[in-house]
This record gives sequence, C-alpha cells and structure tokens, in this order.
Amino acid sequence: MSILGAINPVLTAGLSGDDGWHLQAYVARGGYEALKSILAKKESSEKIIAEVKASVLRGRGGAGFPTGLKWSFMPHAVQGDRYIICNTDEGEPGTFKDRDLIRYNPHAVIEGMAIAAYAIEANRGYNYIHGEIWELYQRFEEALEEARAAGFIGQNILKSGFSFELFAHHGYGAYICGEETALLESIEGKKGQPRFKPPFPASFGLYGKPTTVNNTETLASIPFIIKMGGEAFMNLGKPNNGGTKLFSVSGHVNRPGNYEVPLGTPFAKLLEMCGGMRGGRKLKAVIPGGSSAPVLPADLIMDCTLDYDSIGKAGSMLGSGAVIVMDETTCMVKALERLSRFYHEESCGQCTPCREGTGWLYDIVRRIEAGEGRVDDLDTLEYIAGNICGRTICALGEAAAFPVQSFVKHFWDEFIYHIQHKTCLVPKDVQWAGSGFHRLVEEA
Amino acid sequence: MLEIEINGKKAEVPEGSTVIEAAQLSGVYIPHFCYHKKLSIAASCRMCLVEVEKSARPLPACATPVTNGMKVFTHSALAVKAQQSVMEFLLINHPLDCPVCDQGGECLLQDVAVGYGSAKSCFAEKKHVTKGKNAGSLISMREMSRCIHCTRCVRFGEEIAGIMELGMAYRSAHSEITTFLGRAIESELSGNLTDVCPVGALTSKPFRYTARSWELTSHRSISPHDSIGANITVQTRAGRVMRVLPHENEAVNECWLSDKDRFSYTALHTEERLTKPMLKQGGEWREVSWNDALDYVAHGLKDIAASAGNDALAALAAPWASVEELYLLQKLMRGLGSDNVDCRPRRRDFSLDGKHAGATWLGMKIADLRHLESVLVVGSFLHKDHPLLTQRLRHAVQKHHAEINILSVTDEDPKLALHTRQTVRPSELLYALAAVVREAAKIKGVSMPELASVPENESARKIATSLMNAGSKAVLLGHVAEQADTAGLLHQLGLRLAELTGANFGFLGEAANSVGGQLLGLGEKAKMNAHQMFANPRQAYFLFGLEPELDVANPVKTVAALKAAKMVVLATPFKHAPALQYADALLPLAAFTETSGTYVNIEGCAQSFAGAASPSGESRPGWKILRVLANALDLPGFAFESSEEVLREAWREAGVKVDAEGYVSGLDNKLTHAPELKLPSSAQLREGELERIADVPIYMTDPTVRRAAPLQETPASASPKARASAATLKKLGLAAEDAVVVRQDGGEARLTLALDEGVPEGCLRVAAGHPATSALGGMFAPISVERA
Repeated sequence: MSILGAINPVLTAGLSGDDGWHLQAYVARGGYEALKSILAKKESSEKIIAEVKASVLRGRGGAGFPTGLKWSFMPHAVQGDRYIICNTDEGEPGTFKDRDLIRYNPHAVIEGMAIAAYAIEANRGYNYIHGEIWELYQRFEEALEEARAAGFIGQNILKSGFSFELFAHHGYGAYICGEETALLESIEGKKGQPRFKPPFPASFGLYGKPTTVNNTETLASIPFIIKMGGEAFMNLGKPNNGGTKLFSVSGHVNRPGNYEVPLGTPFAKLLEMCGGMRGGRKLKAVIPGGSSAPVLPADLIMDCTLDYDSIGKAGSMLGSGAVIVMDETTCMVKALERLSRFYHEESCGQCTPCREGTGWLYDIVRRIEAGEGRVDDLDTLEYIAGNICGRTICALGEAAAFPVQSFVKHFWDEFIYHIQHKTCLVPKDVQWAGSGFHRLVEEA
Repeated sequence: MLEIEINGKKAEVPEGSTVIEAAQLSGVYIPHFCYHKKLSIAASCRMCLVEVEKSARPLPACATPVTNGMKVFTHSALAVKAQQSVMEFLLINHPLDCPVCDQGGECLLQDVAVGYGSAKSCFAEKKHVTKGKNAGSLISMREMSRCIHCTRCVRFGEEIAGIMELGMAYRSAHSEITTFLGRAIESELSGNLTDVCPVGALTSKPFRYTARSWELTSHRSISPHDSIGANITVQTRAGRVMRVLPHENEAVNECWLSDKDRFSYTALHTEERLTKPMLKQGGEWREVSWNDALDYVAHGLKDIAASAGNDALAALAAPWASVEELYLLQKLMRGLGSDNVDCRPRRRDFSLDGKHAGATWLGMKIADLRHLESVLVVGSFLHKDHPLLTQRLRHAVQKHHAEINILSVTDEDPKLALHTRQTVRPSELLYALAAVVREAAKIKGVSMPELASVPENESARKIATSLMNAGSKAVLLGHVAEQADTAGLLHQLGLRLAELTGANFGFLGEAANSVGGQLLGLGEKAKMNAHQMFANPRQAYFLFGLEPELDVANPVKTVAALKAAKMVVLATPFKHAPALQYADALLPLAAFTETSGTYVNIEGCAQSFAGAASPSGESRPGWKILRVLANALDLPGFAFESSEEVLREAWREAGVKVDAEGYVSGLDNKLTHAPELKLPSSAQLREGELERIADVPIYMTDPTVRRAAPLQETPASASPKARASAATLKKLGLAAEDAVVVRQDGGEARLTLALDEGVPEGCLRVAAGHPATSALGGMFAPISVERA
C-alpha cells in the first residue's frame, strides 16, 4: 500500500488490506450511510450545499476553489440532462493521490458523486480516469458494478425517486484533459482542447448542458462532510482550509508515498512522516503543489504549514498536494529542463502564446543545460514567461511559466554559473551520488 | 442596444455583440487571425487581446460579449503589449521569407505584423518545420510551415462545407493542419480555404506562383456556372485572367464561391479555345475572316428559309447565355421568320408551356433559405448541383436545427443532417411526392380523391408532418424534377403541397440564366421547343454556347437531327471536336470573362457584368456576333451600340420591370390554366431494361468547366461508371467491376459496373454530360445493359 501515513484521516480512514476497496468493506466502514440518510430525509439541495460550504472544502485538483460555491453555480431552471463529472485525469507530474483513492476507496468517490448529483440535480455522471492507469479504470468499473447491484447507483435509488447513472470513462494520457473543459471535449469524443470561458461548465458544460466538474479527492471527502457535518470537517483543518488532504510526496525522502494530514500541518511534520531526507542530505528545494507550482527553496518551505494560505503567502501554491522534494544533489537547471519539456510536449497547441512559448522556453533551458547558454538567456526566459502569463485560454500557460520564473528567481546564481561555466554548479558526481535511479543502473 | 466605450468613443451596439463586432461597427480595427465573421469563435490566436476595464488580464475581443457600459481600450499599454507579444510568438516559427511566399502582398499576417508587431524579436532558436502535404489539384498544402494554427480551415470544413476534411493533428508546436490519412480535399467548396487561410499555408494550386497580387487588376463579374450567379472578382494581368476570387454579396454567395466558379477560368487559355471563325468547305475545315464566316452563315440561313420555308430553321441556346444574347438570338430567328428558339436543352417535359403564370424561380430570397425550419427538396443532386444553396441549408440545420427532407433518386450525402430521406426510381418520384401531398391533405382534413390510389408510406408521413409543423418552410424542386418526363406533374404536385402546408414553392434552378430565358419567353412561346425541333428534324440549326453531345436531354436524337441537317452553325468558345463532323460553321464566342451581359439568377436578381479581359484571339462577345449577323441578313432593328441597349430593349419587349436593387418582375411559380391533376399509371419497363438515372457530374456541367484541367483532375471528375445496387446486379447476373455495354436509343457506351447501394433497385446510374456516355439517350429513360 502506498498510503504510508495519516493524521486524523478521513479519506483513508479504516483502510486495510487489499480487499478493503470492495462494497462490503466500505459499507462496514460506514459507507453509503450519508447517501442513505439524505435520500431518506429527502434533504434539500440547498441544505447539502450549505453543509459543503460550511466544511470549507476547497477543490483538491489544484485550484482550491470552494466546492460548495461551485455547486451553487448550477442553474436551477434548466431542464434536461445535467452532469456531475469526476476528474481523475491525474496527470500533473508528482501527483499520485487520486489513483490510490480509486485503488483503495473507490466507493467513497462513487458515494461522493451520488451525493453531489443529488445536490446539483444531476442525472448523469462520468468519472474521467487517466489513460495510463488502466487497471484502476477496471477497478472503478468493478466498484461501479457493485454499487449498481446494491442499488446505490441507477434508477430510483433506494426507492427514493432519485435516479443517477454513473459511468467510467478513460482518457488516453493527455495532460491537458485534466483541464475541466478539455476533459469535457474529450468525453464528447473530440480532441482534448480547453474551451474558451465564459461560458463556464455550470451553464454550458458536457454536450452544452449544466455540468459540474470536481476532483476525485474532493468528491471522496463529501460522504464524511454529510455524515459528520461540515463543521467537523472544517475543524479537522484550519479556518479557510477545511479538512484533511492527501499529499503525494516524491523525490529525495526516505519513504515517498501518499500521506493524509490535516490542512495546516507544518511541512516539517510531513517531512518527518516521510522518514526525513534520504541519506540525511540537506533539503534544497520543494515544489509543494505539483510541477506547475512555483518552487520554494528550503528556507521558505520549512517555515510553511501545509495549507492554501501559508503556501500561497510563501509565493507558491498548495495545488494538488504533490510535494516534490529535492536535496542538495539536485541540479536545478536539469530539473527545470525536465519540467519545461513536459509542458512543451503537453501544450495542446491551440492558442498561440502557449503553443509557441512553451517550446521557446524549453529550447532555451535545454540550451543552458547543454552548456550553450547565453548571458541574456535568463532575461529572455523571464520575458517569454511574462508574455505567456494571462494571455492563454487555460492555465497551462501559467503552469509552464511558473516553474521557469520561480526556478530562475530562486536559483539565479546556479543558472548563471551554468551559463558561464557550461556545466552544473552541483558537480556531476554529487548529482550521480544523489540519484537513486543512476545508482540502480550502475549496480545492474 | 448596449452602450460601449471603445478608446473613449461611445457607441451603441446590438445585444449579443462581441467586442470585435462592436469595434467594427465603430470603425476601430482590432487585429485578428482566428476570428472570421462567418465561422464559430475559437479565441485561440490571441491576436485580438484588448484591455477591458475592471479586468486585470487582456481579453480576446472576438470572444468577449459586450456588457452595458463596458469600456474597451484597444491601444492601451496593456493591449499593445499583449498584441506585440502574440505577434512575436506567431512569427518565431513562421518562415520570414515573404518575398518568395505566394501570399506575400495579400497576407493578413504580413499586414498585422507591420501594424501591430514589434520590429525586433529576441528569438534566436531553430525554427520548427512542418512537412507539406498533397491535398489534390486545387489546394496547395506544400508550405505548411507557414501555418499559424488559426484553425479557420478546420472550422470552415465543419461549418460551411459540411465535411471535416482538415484537422489539427498532434499537440503543442508539433500541431499541424492535415488531411485525414493523406487524403485529398474533395469538398466542392474547397477553394474557399485559400481565402479563409490568413497566411500562405493553403494556397490556390492553379494560381500559385503565376502572378503577384499587386500586378493584378480586379474586375467584378458574375459566375455563369450555376443558378445563383455567384459574384466574382476576375483578376487579370495584361488582359489575361489570372484568377477568380469571390466578390462578397450577402444576398447571393456571401463571401464564398464553389470550386466551379473559382477555377473554371483555367479553361480560358487552353488549346481548345476557338480563336478564329471556321468554315467547312468541301469537307475541309478552314479558318476564315469574320466577314466570310458571317456572309456564309447569312446566305445559308436565307437560302434554306427560302427553299424549305422559315420553319426549317431552329436555334437552341445554352441556358448560360446572357439575357442580351438570348434576346438577340430570338429576335434574329424571328427576323428570319422562324419561331423555333429555345434555351432549355435538358428539358423533356414541356406540358406546362403556356400555362405558367410567370417565370419559375426560387420563390424566395436566397438569403432567406437559412431561416427555413423545414424543407422538402424533390429530385436533386443537392450539393453537387447547388453547392452554395446547399451551404445556406446547412446553415439552417446547424444554427436553427432546420429539418431537411429529401425525396430523390439517389442517396448521396449532401453533407448536412437530414430529417427524412426517401430514395425512389425516377418514374416513382411522382408517386412519392403525391404520397406526401396526400398525407398533408389528410393532416389538413382536405379531401383529394384524385390521389386516393397513391400508396401511403412512413417517409411521406414524416415529411408532411415536418412541413406542417414548421413555421418557415419550403418545397424546392431540383434538376431531376425539372428534367424528368413528369416535370409538369411534379410542378403541380409541388404547388399543391405548398398550398396545403403553407410552404414556399420554388425551383433550385437549372443554370445561370434559366430565369432570364423564361422571362424572354424563349421556348415557352416558341413554335417548336427544344424537344420538338429535334424530334421533327429541321434543315438548319443555330446552336449557341452549348455542346449537343453533352448538354442536351437526348444526345442520340439531337445529334442524329444535326447530322441530317443541311446546315449547322455553332457559336462556341471552344473547338468542340465532335461538332466538326456535322457543323458547317464555327463562330468563336467570347468566354464569360470576355463579354458583357446579364444573368437573372434563381431569386430573380438581374446581375449585369462587364468584360474583364479581352476576348481570346478573334472571338467576339455573343451579342456582337448576333448583331453583325443580323446586319448581314439585312434585318431591321439591330443597330445596338452596347449590350446595355440590348438589355433595355429586351426588358421592354418582354414587359419586365427591374427594381432599384436589380430584382425583376414577372416571376411566378403558379399556373394560369392548371391542367387536371391526373397521375398516369406507372410506366412498365420491358424485360431486361432498367431505368437510367443520370446526374451531370459537377465539373461537366458546361463547356468551360469541362475544360478546366484542375477541376478535371479531382476525384469528382473520374470517368463515370454504371452504378447499381447489389440486388439489381444480382438480377442481371452481373457483378461490380464487370465491363458492360449499355444501350439507349441505338447508341451505346462501354462502361465498368460499380456497386452503389444508393441507387434504387431496377435502376442504373449512368452520368450524362460526359464524353464516355455522350452516345446514350434520355437521362431518365429505359436503358439496357449486358456484359461486354
């Protein structure tokens, strides 16, 4: 199991063994009680949305938008199909939490979706699952079958008169399909490209119908909120940052994996749960919220608590909670080259600044890394990144620009050294020593 | 109305406007690439970013709706910086080789770069290169590195042409516009891609690298190739036509052209052009002077009239001859004492002649087609015969969910979503339409005993219901319905259906000047019509602008009559080889770009045009030839100095009034003395016979397009096959790809069989208008087939 630790868990509470994902085990943990209770009470949708608002649950996909507020955007008057979409297109480098939720606790997602559907009056739902995690797509299908057989999904659920059909849908691995409108295009069978907004999905979503898209973890948090109350969830975290959150810790720590901790937990505590830095090396930098979040040098991150506000104040984003830890053996130019290449490859190519700008950024960073940097390159990088930001259809432009801006800002000297000396500030042998991957290759 | 302030200037704009539209209304230009007024909004090029008050980020003007009191700044520091940066991004991978680019001088990217870009860029990396593609004979996709990914072409395909032949494959900077799996672009509207493409990526293959845009002189003209009379700009260099572009006219062709209209000019300078008058003397063809030629023709006509009677003369003109030409031809023949003049060479049924209340037409404005909610099209190869009218219907479907119903003889996909389609044999078209009339009568509660014997069917019910329920609706008859043996009855049934349902009734129109010919009374008031003059062979024929083997209803009978005649005069822009056998004089006619004249299009708009180029060789405008010939014949009343004079007299004589906007009087689809509606019992075919279904392939419709090489290289111009359904083939004991001989009226053609489930059982689809089938007879007549 790669959920390695938790404090006051909600999402991972009571999980044990490999069979814990089945319906029976979920029900034994108190699953589907929230759904049953709202159906039995014929709870009003306003009340549910108020509860979610009270929980201060913020979107776990990365943007941190308040979930209850999002739900309240769904127009009431519109008849016909209405959709709730679960976004399991977890493609952000560093992020691997949603796949574990699907693997170990799929019914929490299903129940969360059913409750969301009830609250926003949706009659259909899709869970869009990342293309590279095929076995988890199959697992979700199996869980869905269980839920349908038990009458939690389908027509006239538990004889309440409420009907909700839920389907799994798998993508083909394009990062951009995690952007909610590109995801909708993809479900519609089109090329995954973000739509221009407005209109937002709530008014013009899947097939032009009112639609709400939520992250997997967000939806999996819903049953607890309904069962225990929004306030209980809020109190797990801290004001404006309700609940617990999964953090996918990767990089130079002793025990990389998923950890569920309350929002507001000090970063140092999380690092301690991960067994500290590998080989007792010195922390150099952390990307706290997935690869698109600005990098924070060690001194800044060590003062942070893990919540939207604290990380935001430090100049980065909590994002999806993907914590990428880099130690002193890391060459920041090399690290940025890898990130820039990713965003260059994954730009959908639709709008000019992103299509052209991401390639230009990568070209320059690659050149610096290859020892062909020029003195004015860093200014050019800043210039290009600035020209992308705020001028694109979706946030991928910023996602590509933020790493460049933050790496160059915080590690300016290292980049200058690279340009001037045509090689890394961190000696190659030190880099090699720090790289588990290379060590394995050499041993083999 | 909403109030908006653009750069400090207040303006009122309609609700629902976008900022770019509002700016246009107030005379402010906002640079853009992906925005195109006829296409959906992509908001992807980001060139139109402007500053909007209260927004920290610049917003795309094309996708930002105007709100009341909005303040927009198109030249503020925020906007200019955004525009400059986008321009720089667009240029980093764009080849900066304007001097050798075919688009240079008329390139939106070039213009906007000069106006809104910055002089310098700090880009110093390698440029991205995209491989060129082969997209067929009309569109060049060789320089795809020039593409700026605006996706106008993709949206054009989906939204206007109705077929997505281009798409943007791959992601990121690897994105490229491509055809599917290397296929050619086949849409009949494909030439418009070269107009919508703002850069030199999609260019006209026939035109490219033949001239620079600034060397060309533009002349307005009218396309002669279909019934709408698309407005064109003919561009010439040193008197030679170099290319044809659309001239925007919202009422007719909007900003589009069909490929036929755009590329037919390539036929103008082929070797087949007839550049000198020619006479056959002693079995030998000789080039002669105009004087000798017209003397010879005048004497010949006079002699025959004197010896065999005036009635021994007959004239048949093409329906793409101008009003002026048709009027003078009729006047000349009448001057010679003959009333045998017609311009409806493909018609078979003339039973309503003398019963029309006016000239038959669309019954509505072309531009209003897009507002229709339900349409029944009867007997038409819709998108092939009427590319731009079909585009209007496509708009009605896409934007307003119009229900399009088709009752026809093949099931070709007109590239628009259909509500109902019924495909029947040509001989059954009548009963199928009668069934719809019957259903409509039933819904309306009107008794129609004369249709009591017509069998009911589900399609008819659906069509009638669709028409009944719609607000704005039309019943439109196409080529098949006009050229069928039962055209008169189809007209009557169509009228009846329109009356019952409250729909507009109209015709999609055969050719550029079909309406003009009717207004002049050509054929309708003649003694012998286009059929009779060949069924009862005459001694002298004057053929004007058409090629008998390819442009008439029954080539076998027509050519037989021509061969038996004492004298055949052919006025034509091209040396038509088969005519050398039976003709006695060939008079070189100026092509459509080389003459002045007037066409009355299907909505009744008289569109006059002037010559754009000098006539090729010694060819002369038709109206001048006829005028001088009349002088040679000593006929009075031909002292015309200009084609305008001819037109004025033509309208005066025909009693036609033309209003300020060019619309003519005298249009009416009703019948004055409607004959009793009596359906014949269905015709029985003889053993071994099939019904022929003949379309005229899209690029074989007139002598000019037939000689346009780039059009002839398209898949649509592949040599015709004999097409039949599996059931028909089985009955015949034949299989697809078998070589067969098909026979009609004593003529035969050797063809290959092809399987086509869209052809009704018992029918054989054999195209007309093609040299391979020009020895065959009637377009919808019985045909026999056997193994070769």
